[in-house]
Amino acid sequence: MSANLVALSYLVASVLFILSLKGLSHPHTARRGNVFGMVGMTLAVLTTFSVTRRIDLVIGMLAAGGVVGVIVAKRVQMTQMPELVAAMHSLVGMAAVLIAVAVIQDPAAFGIESPLPVGNRVELFIGTFVGAITFSGSVVAFGKLAGLGRYGRIFSSAPVVFTGQHLVNLALAIVMFGSGVAFVVAGAGGQWPPFIVMTAIAFVLGLLIIIPIGGADMPVVISMLNSYSGWAAAGIGFSLNNSLLIIAGSLVGSSGAILSYIMCRAMNRSFFSVILGGFGAETGTAAAGDAQRTVKSGSPEDVAFLLGNAESVIIVPGYGLAVGRAQHAVKELAEMLIAKGVNVRYAIHPVAGRMPGHMNVLLAEAEVPYDQVFEMDDINSDFGSTDVAFVLGANDVVNPLAEQPGSPIYGMPILEAHKARTVIVNKRSMAAGYAGIDNPLFYMNRTMMVFGDAKKVVEAIVKAID
Amino acid sequence: MTGTVDHTVINLTVFVLAVVVGYHVVWNVTPALHTPLMSVTNAISSVIIVGAILAAGADTGGFGTVLGAVAVALAGINTFGGFLVTQRMLEMFKKKEPKGDAR
Repeated sequence: MSANLVALSYLVASVLFILSLKGLSHPHTARRGNVFGMVGMTLAVLTTFSVTRRIDLVIGMLAAGGVVGVIVAKRVQMTQMPELVAAMHSLVGMAAVLIAVAVIQDPAAFGIESPLPVGNRVELFIGTFVGAITFSGSVVAFGKLAGLGRYGRIFSSAPVVFTGQHLVNLALAIVMFGSGVAFVVAGAGGQWPPFIVMTAIAFVLGLLIIIPIGGADMPVVISMLNSYSGWAAAGIGFSLNNSLLIIAGSLVGSSGAILSYIMCRAMNRSFFSVILGGFGAETGTAAAGDAQRTVKSGSPEDVAFLLGNAESVIIVPGYGLAVGRAQHAVKELAEMLIAKGVNVRYAIHPVAGRMPGHMNVLLAEAEVPYDQVFEMDDINSDFGSTDVAFVLGANDVVNPLAEQPGSPIYGMPILEAHKARTVIVNKRSMAAGYAGIDNPLFYMNRTMMVFGDAKKVVEAIVKAID
Repeated sequence: MTGTVDHTVINLTVFVLAVVVGYHVVWNVTPALHTPLMSVTNAISSVIIVGAILAAGADTGGFGTVLGAVAVALAGINTFGGFLVTQRMLEMFKKKEPKGDAR
């Protein structure tokens, strides 16, 4: 295939990728969008096959990777989506680094001038360090999300902080950029030492950036790494003068950036305060103060009675629902209530769970009808006229302290569950939420706590209603 | 003004336009589909496999070919896994979709 033909079919693939994202604007068109994406990717790969000299090797490796991908995609539980996505980001990051090394080793083989011009060196530098940070950052994020804390403290879902952390990061970043500049100005002779130093530091930085970030900030982190993986691909596209890589990479990069922004806004925190981390650790001590107040706790039977006699119920799912894999039990409970004539709806906070849209996917898996699921802004005004708000494994996203100036989470938009006539809260224990602050919702007169694993509790409620 | 436009400038043009398009397209994605959005963008970012295939197939001799081949396998996991898992998720959104407009 001529170079022009290759470039044109890359253009078609790029348009298909754009249509693929556009399809996600509505569930009706989403599957068609995904098909566009697959067609675009197939076209891109086949086109590239026509210009490679080692098609046997490439097909063999692609098949090997493909088999792993297919198996993982079939087996993964919906509750494991966050860690799957994190793991996949890391692969893109690593691929970017490997390709950059191959280019630097022999630019002529890629049709780039040799020795490498300064412009290409800058692009390779950027592609490599972003790729390396994406890789190690995603590995740590994966470990935190998959609950691998017992294998090493860096995977702990609690923030890992140490004194001078920011200074260490800053110093490393400066050395990394310095080495990058040295790599850019070096000739073909002395290019490897600064490149290796730069890459090694980038790997370490990726790790250090993610370890201080706690579990509930994961929606931001995972979106950010999503964004980075796109920028890494775009960076490699720049150095290869490949428009497809640039376009696809930029689409992914901007998508991840927008999701990060949406998640930060939903927590009323700046992107930098999340990235600099240590939120939970700083405020954790303040929580212990007034734990003297009493809570009212009830049994699943009590809950069954309250729910059965309500006219309207809003279910507020949180991470606890995902941990307990309670989505199917919740669906069953909701169906029983609906059969009794109760108006049941679900309220989703944007940062509920560990990744953007996490709760929606879990409810979809349980086949909860789409029209019963509401976004925060659409349902918040209805809590006041609702009989029962049933909070399942959520904490900070329903904390009324967010409305009180001076509280650490002041200004965070919350689901106003406390306005419901009765509030039922299911939690595993009285432990404070991620933000490490107390939740006055639990101590209200109108609140009843039901302790235990979300799935077991909901199943017991279902049995009691029967 | 004389001379040809530099590659980097062409690349930058493409880049900026793609970011603008991405910005507008992504804001239209419904929040309920944010997880599928992440998995599909993840699959799309595996387009880096194009670079990996070029590296594996370029005439670099041993080292570059090995790096490229490994990168093909890594990105290949995403290419297949990313789109398939997105498809799986979107099937779930379909099944429960009632007739007519949902929201």
